[in-house]
Amino acid sequence: MPEPPILDYRAAVLAALAGEMRRDPAVILLGEDVGAAGGVFLQTAGLLGEFGAERVIDTPISESGAFGIAVGAAMTGQRPVFEVMFGDFMTLVMDQLVNQAAKVHYMSAGQFSVPLVLRTAVGIGASLGPQHSQSLHAWAAHIPGLKVVMPSTPWDAKGLMAAAIRDDNPVVFFEDRMLYTRKGPVPEGELVIPIGLAEVKRPGTDVTIIALSRMVQVALDAAEALAAEGIAAEVVDPRSLLPLDLPTLVASVKKTSRAVVVDGGYRQYGVTGEIAAALTEEAFDWLDAPVLRVGAADVPIPFNRSLEALVLPDARQLAGIVAKLVRGLP
Amino acid sequence: MTEPLGRLTSLSIFRRMLLMRHFEEAVIRLYNEGRFVSHYHIYIGQEATGAAVLEALGQDDLISTTHRNHGHIVGRGADAGRAMAEILGRATGFNGGRGGTLHICDASRGFLSTSAVVGGCASLATGAAFGIKVNHQARVATAFFGDGALEEGVVIEAFNMAALWKLPVVYICENNSAGAVGMQGGGYPTAITATDSFCRLPAAYGIPTKVVDGTDMAAVYRATVEARQHCLAGDGPVFIEAFTDRWPGSNPLWPELATVTELAQAWEPDSIGGAHAEWIRHHDPLLRAVRDLLAEGHLTRSEIVAEDQAARWRIEQAITFAVDSPLPLPETAEQGVFA
Repeated sequence: MPEPPILDYRAAVLAALAGEMRRDPAVILLGEDVGAAGGVFLQTAGLLGEFGAERVIDTPISESGAFGIAVGAAMTGQRPVFEVMFGDFMTLVMDQLVNQAAKVHYMSAGQFSVPLVLRTAVGIGASLGPQHSQSLHAWAAHIPGLKVVMPSTPWDAKGLMAAAIRDDNPVVFFEDRMLYTRKGPVPEGELVIPIGLAEVKRPGTDVTIIALSRMVQVALDAAEALAAEGIAAEVVDPRSLLPLDLPTLVASVKKTSRAVVVDGGYRQYGVTGEIAAALTEEAFDWLDAPVLRVGAADVPIPFNRSLEALVLPDARQLAGIVAKLVRGLP
Repeated sequence: MTEPLGRLTSLSIFRRMLLMRHFEEAVIRLYNEGRFVSHYHIYIGQEATGAAVLEALGQDDLISTTHRNHGHIVGRGADAGRAMAEILGRATGFNGGRGGTLHICDASRGFLSTSAVVGGCASLATGAAFGIKVNHQARVATAFFGDGALEEGVVIEAFNMAALWKLPVVYICENNSAGAVGMQGGGYPTAITATDSFCRLPAAYGIPTKVVDGTDMAAVYRATVEARQHCLAGDGPVFIEAFTDRWPGSNPLWPELATVTELAQAWEPDSIGGAHAEWIRHHDPLLRAVRDLLAEGHLTRSEIVAEDQAARWRIEQAITFAVDSPLPLPETAEQGVFA
């Protein structure tokens, strides 16, 4: 088999979108500037030209109304991919997402389903300021009826976007914008990765680092540094928060007896706490130390580059935290 | 008064109204008997609007509605037994007891999910209209909502996109605020709404608007037929505002009136009495429909009594079905979160 081509993350998602739009005429794309402009991060470039204005629809800056329209369209046979330009603007779609999309199937006793993808760009590190830098995936992950996907590599992004579009449920797809230019191998043609399968990104025996989205690379870099110190860290990427592949995480922790959960979202009441609690419940007898949570500082994300850099730990800091856990807490 | 409708159309609308009225009276009765626990919203007083709109809609048209949905559901011909069973939280209800009074939904009759967050029904119907348009289907979507929904921004956003994309959606605003507590004259809640005409909101986006007397079945029917034709011609959305005087029983939220409407009051006005005589005499759309049907020679008094008995019988059957229905099985509580 030939080596798969190298694509960046943004191109990988775009390839999945275009592939699914070619495959199924019910797939439509809606969002602010997704058409003529091709997306503020050029993440939808070329789609308008190929699929036309009936399927690639520029919406007004009316996140709530436009998302509600997407939900109504999904309930009546379309498969909308709805783009929320910045993850922070999810606040504007929450009523439609939480009170409509997530509940319709259950509330109607299965009379309706909502096959829809909400994709949005999140992530600290681009000096976008407090209203354009948050990662609010924990909000979505709190709601029964939603699936929540956060791929970390171009390969996963392509395969999981295809799966999200084919899913008959509302899927919230978080893309860290700091990953958009990250390159990696991506198979050509159809690639569908089932939602709900974690992947061990680096095997190890001394400690498990469970990391999400862009923090997977931070964890891998930390693991590399730890290897030089004689600590073999296993890096596991859940890839989706809902459903969460807890068995794979638990199996890793039973092997290593220590775990650190790393996420780009806020730490308080966040996904790190949820995963840490689940591990404690499932693998308490195997744990040699408390499960640690590493996330963004619980502050509005500052604009200033040097202040912003302090909000989220880098690989060196993470390696320090992990090393301390392995060698014994003070 | 608008020009009367033909006999068959009038009779069909009247039958829908009778079902709505007796269904709601049964809901109040069952609540007072302790058959269910919830808050709930009664459609009494708005029957002419809903029944005439439903009469004008096509079989394949799609409908989204709100917490005040009972009338729309049974008026559309959905099984009243399954609707009542849903209100009682039974397994046989349209939503298997998971939705209750606020969310009754019969997809087979074209209902989309019923939204109790009041603006939501407008965006869902607009989304359904989007699907209708891109699939080149010959049908329309309809959203029923009260005047309160226009206080939510999502509705205004939906107006803009429906107009921009010329979507086939008919917005039916059932303005039931006239006569409501805390509201000033003219039907607009001036304490919380700065406009004296809700039609100005859709009109700002170029959406044609029409104000009708919501107790005048002919006016509502004709407005809806026209709106539907406008949509089917590809000319985009239409907004209809139908005024009704709020039924005193909905004051403030849970009905305090446990009445059974006596249609004979239409021809025996002296028999009307009590604290709410004014509303019954002048604002009850059902009694008005009876008077109109008699005046137009469409039905005789005895035929009206027979129609009333038939509707009451159907609702009694529905009650029996609902009350005798099983509760949902405990193990179903966590089933069906995902498709």
